[in-house]
Amino acid sequence: MSYVIFFLAAIIAIAGALGVVMLRDPFFSVLSLVCHLIALALLFLLLRAELIAAVQVVVYAGAVMVLYVFVVAYIGDGSERLADRLRRGTVAQPLLRTGALLAGSALLAELLIALTGSGLKAVESAGAPYHKGPRAFGTPAFIGKLLLTRFLLAFEIASFLLLVAAVGAVVLAGRRGREDEEAPPQGAGAPALQGAAGGPPAGGELVEAAR
Amino acid sequence: MSIEWFLPISAIVFAIGLAGVIAKRNPLVVLLCLELMLNGANLALVAFSRMWGSGDGQIFALVVMAIAACEVAIGLGLIVAIYRRELPVDVDELGELQG
Repeated sequence: MSYVIFFLAAIIAIAGALGVVMLRDPFFSVLSLVCHLIALALLFLLLRAELIAAVQVVVYAGAVMVLYVFVVAYIGDGSERLADRLRRGTVAQPLLRTGALLAGSALLAELLIALTGSGLKAVESAGAPYHKGPRAFGTPAFIGKLLLTRFLLAFEIASFLLLVAAVGAVVLAGRRGREDEEAPPQGAGAPALQGAAGGPPAGGELVEAAR
Repeated sequence: MSIEWFLPISAIVFAIGLAGVIAKRNPLVVLLCLELMLNGANLALVAFSRMWGSGDGQIFALVVMAIAACEVAIGLGLIVAIYRRELPVDVDELGELQG
C-alpha cells in the first residue's frame, strides 16, 4: 500500500515540477506548483513527518501560493509583450534553454552518482525504529519540544527574519507618493510613469484593488 | 518504505528547479523554480531525519520553509515594485546593475 502511495505521489511531484518549468502561462505554473507541494506533503507523511506535512499544505500550498496567485493576477502573464519580444529576435533563448537543460542534467547525474556511490547501508533501510504514541517521532509535541529547547535560537532567528521580511515587503511594494514626484527616474519608462503618477484615477484604483 | 527511494525524487526535483531558474525569463517563474529547489532539499532533509530517527532534519526543514516564505515576500514585493515603475518584468532586460 505504501508503495502505491509513494509512486503516485512521486509521479505527481515530478510532473508538477516539470509543469512549473514547461508551462508558458505563469498562472498554470503556480497551479502546477500547488499540485507538486501537495504530493510532496504525501511523501512527508510516508516519512512520518506529520507536522511538516501539515505545515506544507497549510502554509506553503495555502498561504504562500495565494500570494503568488494574487501577484500573477495583478501583473498578468506579460503576453502583450510577446510581439515586442519576437521583433527583437531573441537569439539567446534556445541557447539558454540548452544550457539550462545541460546544467540540470549534469547536476542530476552528479547527485545520482553521489547517491548510488555513497554506500551508506543506513540509506537502504526503512529508517530508525518507530514507536507509536502521543509524543512519537514527527508529531507536533515532538517538534514543539525540540523547537523550544534545543533549537530555540533558530526558532527566534526565524521569527525575527519573518518580521524583517514582512516589513521589507511592505516597504518595497507599498505606494510611494512623495518619492516618485521628487525624483522622476530617467530613461524610457519615465514619461509613462509620470503619466501614471500624475493623474488617471483608474491606475490608482487598480492599485488599491490589488491590495 | 526504504529511505533510498526518496533521495532520487529530491535530486530530480532540485535539478528541474535549477534548469528552470537558468532558463526562465519571467521573475515570477524564477521564484517558483527557486521554491522547487528548496522543496527538493526539504525532501532530502526529512528523509535523512527519518533515517536517523532524530528531529533535527525536520527542524531544519521548518526553518527552510520560513526562509522560503521570507524570500517569497521580498521577491514578490520587488516584482510589484518593478511593475509599478513600468519597467519590463523580465530578468534579461533588467540589466542596469551589471558592472
